[in-house]
Amino acid sequence: MTTLKQTPLNAAHRAMGAKMVDFGGWDMPVNYGSQIEEHHQVRNDAGMFDVSHMRVVDVKGDGARAFLRYLLANNVDKLTLSGKALYSTMLLENGGVIDDLIVYFMDETWFRIVVNAGTADKDIAWMKKQAAIHAPQLIIADHPELAMIAVQGPHARTKVWEALPGSRELSEHLIPFSAVEMGAMFIARTGYTGEDGFEIMLPAKAAPMLWAALAEKGVKPIGLGARDTLRLEAGMNLYGHDMDESIGPLESGLAWTVDLKSERDFIGKAALLAHPPTRKLVGLLLLDRGVLRDHQKVQTTHGEGEITSGSFSPTLEKSIALARVPNGVQIGDSVQVAVRDKMLAARVVKYPFARNGKGLV
Amino acid sequence: MSNPDNLKYTASHEWVKTEDDGTITVGITDHAQELLGDMVFVEAPDAGRKLKAREECAVVESVKAAADVYAPVSGTVTAANSELDGTPEAINSDPYGAWIFKMKPDNAADVAALLDAAAYQALVDSETH
Repeated sequence: MTTLKQTPLNAAHRAMGAKMVDFGGWDMPVNYGSQIEEHHQVRNDAGMFDVSHMRVVDVKGDGARAFLRYLLANNVDKLTLSGKALYSTMLLENGGVIDDLIVYFMDETWFRIVVNAGTADKDIAWMKKQAAIHAPQLIIADHPELAMIAVQGPHARTKVWEALPGSRELSEHLIPFSAVEMGAMFIARTGYTGEDGFEIMLPAKAAPMLWAALAEKGVKPIGLGARDTLRLEAGMNLYGHDMDESIGPLESGLAWTVDLKSERDFIGKAALLAHPPTRKLVGLLLLDRGVLRDHQKVQTTHGEGEITSGSFSPTLEKSIALARVPNGVQIGDSVQVAVRDKMLAARVVKYPFARNGKGLV
Repeated sequence: MSNPDNLKYTASHEWVKTEDDGTITVGITDHAQELLGDMVFVEAPDAGRKLKAREECAVVESVKAAADVYAPVSGTVTAANSELDGTPEAINSDPYGAWIFKMKPDNAADVAALLDAAAYQALVDSETH
């Protein structure tokens, strides 16, 4: 048996009654009680997530922008103000998705990237390999020693300001999708829930103190279970489910993150241009009783598709899903989903399904 | 929550209550609902369906996952709890009250041979440690 990796908040989770699970080799809290209550807590008030398993990677040195312009499918030239963030995919030459990530522009010699936990080692190896070829002067600095706490919900920012002295002055004026440094901490107005809030990167040894201070201000701990239903309602992709190395961003609902307009070349661009997408990602709302799940087959009048993320939406109190279907499928179409031995009726809908405390479908 | 002494149990985490008329009432244990988390959907078998022991006959779905419920013994379904259609969370709040289906066993001795509360608890302890 392999030993699971632990975040600096492991003891805090256990003390709060978390049910711990093996999440890609990490010992992580899936819930602390009712996952549905945790979900509503974030939509209606404020909740905190330990996302220390995610990895911070700094790209430092002269020419960092030029390197990232080539490495990432989205265009870092959209980042002009210090602290501004951009969501992007990182592609293989064949257009498959290595990972999705957020890149923060701090200055011309420092861009900070946050990648998924399960792909971190692969991502860093890829970045180092590309840097060795195209920008050997750069330092790709991996920061596994940094913890990360996401505080999300309509009251999240206020609670952070109460729990973290001095943070209000620095972060009050942050526009969405931007970040600021506060000593050894890094405060970003980003998240994975469809709610306002912060993601705070900080040294591991400082994490338990901030966690406890937030709890004291009434911020409830939220497990990975609710994190998944929140991101699905918010229409945010999950790597390894909605896209992976075998699927390109254009068939994963991520065309908005791929800059094909500029003259700029980037890894994977030629493949994306050579193979126009034949499928697309759509939202599904289940009309019959039941729950949609990953990998269930979807029958449409244009051919078969497959659910990439399916679950129950606590906000809508209905089952929802993201599904990859043939291009001809349109919003409003009726489809059938194979659930065990039955075909259940679902409707193709626009997503996000819910954001900012409200259902949108 | 402790497992009531007046019930029988299966290794697949169903509880079984023998009624005065010889039919049995079936639900899932506290341990099972705890593992699955918040229930959002229950699909129970139709009355009249004949079941073999350990046959998949119902499905309980939480936000997290779907789980099969198995027939504890061979017999015929006599009723399904339609109240769970609207309140699947009753399985979380009252696992030993929120029954899923009732059946008439082919052989009463099969029910007597199921696990008692102590044997079931020993099984749960061995699975969780």
